[in-house]
Amino acid sequence: MKVGVIGVQGAVNEHIEATKKAMERLNISGEVFWLKKAEQLKNIDALIIPGGESTTISRLMIKNNLLDKVKDLGESGLPIMGTCAGLILLAKQIEGAVRDQRFLELLDVRVSRNAYGRQVDSFEALLKLTFDAEPFLGVFIRAPRIIEIFGKANPIAYYKDEVVGVEQGNIVGLAFHPELTDDTRLHEYFLKNAF
Amino acid sequence: MFEVIEQKGTERLKRGFAKMVKGGVIMDVTNAEQAQIAEEAGAVAVMALEKVPADIRKAGGVARMADPKKIEEIMDAVTIPVMAKIRIGHYGEAYALEALGVDMIDESEVLTPADSYFHVDKRKFKVPFVCGARNLGEAVRRIWEGAAMIRTKGEAGTGNIVEAVRHIHLVNKNIKLLKRLNDDQIYVIARKFAEPYLRLILDIRQISGLEPKILENGPVYEEYTYQEIVDGIYKILLEIKKLQRLPVVNFAAGGVATPADAALMMQMGMDGVFVGSGIFKSSNPEKMARAIVEAVNHYDEPDVIAEISKDLGEPMRGLEIDKLEVRLEERGV
Repeated sequence: MKVGVIGVQGAVNEHIEATKKAMERLNISGEVFWLKKAEQLKNIDALIIPGGESTTISRLMIKNNLLDKVKDLGESGLPIMGTCAGLILLAKQIEGAVRDQRFLELLDVRVSRNAYGRQVDSFEALLKLTFDAEPFLGVFIRAPRIIEIFGKANPIAYYKDEVVGVEQGNIVGLAFHPELTDDTRLHEYFLKNAF
Repeated sequence: MFEVIEQKGTERLKRGFAKMVKGGVIMDVTNAEQAQIAEEAGAVAVMALEKVPADIRKAGGVARMADPKKIEEIMDAVTIPVMAKIRIGHYGEAYALEALGVDMIDESEVLTPADSYFHVDKRKFKVPFVCGARNLGEAVRRIWEGAAMIRTKGEAGTGNIVEAVRHIHLVNKNIKLLKRLNDDQIYVIARKFAEPYLRLILDIRQISGLEPKILENGPVYEEYTYQEIVDGIYKILLEIKKLQRLPVVNFAAGGVATPADAALMMQMGMDGVFVGSGIFKSSNPEKMARAIVEAVNHYDEPDVIAEISKDLGEPMRGLEIDKLEVRLEERGV
């Protein structure tokens, strides 16, 4: 199995490490790599868009000819998981986007950038997953807030009563950072569905 | 159902914030308009300042925290994180900036130090800090004090990369050296790296006519004894030995003036770059800003660096280190 992590900016290594660990635990062999160029999209089985600055990632994905190609692949069924900035990139509706910012528009959600506040309001809290009884430590860093779900998106993670993770067929979007914990259940969940 | 316990200001959140700016460029800006130019060029964050370092150098006098009103204007103008600088050791400025809600505080040698003995104990804050370091000793002391991110000091406001390169060598080679040392030898280094915390207590004993001796239970920095500091630093050194890198995000700063400078920093293993005077002191800031963002992204693709370096206009005018009146990097050990 070949998994690419979009590596134009952000916490790329953390996702590579978490994905490798998840593959080990699931007994899946394969490689996880830093994906920077459009050519590297060939023959991948799954793609992860990491956290970082969504304005920077969007800009560099356009510049590197990645944005349109990833959108096409997502529409034709390639499993893609985005966390934090990655969720913003995947969303169909974004509040607080800056001029010229473009997105993949693959997930039926409306998100609001930085809606939990600035860094001093960043927080950790236990989340409820729909597919596992054990709570999951959610790490929210200047996180986007999912303010509306429509169409085909389904919740997979809740903070209190609020949806903080969704899935829609081959696409998974999370407002928090599973790659900053040692818990690989969400990576495993994503890989299992992709495999 | 389980109880939802919410935590803020944890080590994970502070270091995590720094991880999110990896592979990016943090730009010095002095007003809302510059901040927007930086954001549109793809900066991952901006540093809100009264003056860029080159102008601080020129103006002389005491350089302090920027006017909070100015910082607020910049915070309102952009959606990316906003950082701001405090003087080394200045708790008053640090608490004020935390209350203002800046995303990260740079305890910076570019401003005039407030405390000639100590840096701020950064563990006392919810807001993450970045600090400059010239060598592994400085880096480890700042990490022990709770810095969530380290940057080279370089020599700010010069447009001269030589000091940043020196600082990267001094940190990287020292990390390599740790690999060949056993735990006892690393403990000796930890004792040495903890010595600067003794300067105040030794000065006091000297003034009082006492022999230069450290009391075992006597705190030397905040509530910490020398032994506790040594143990803390030793633990960090062992972690660095194992990771073969700093345990926090490590950026280059101080002298980056061109896309090739930025690429060089990344080639030397840095996680990203700060650009101070290099952008808004160049003849075409917008173009320079975009080019440096791309250079950090494509640092390992020489053809791209060559292409984006074309026709950028005048970079900032540089200064030779030997001819400087003030060496900012010497502030805060």
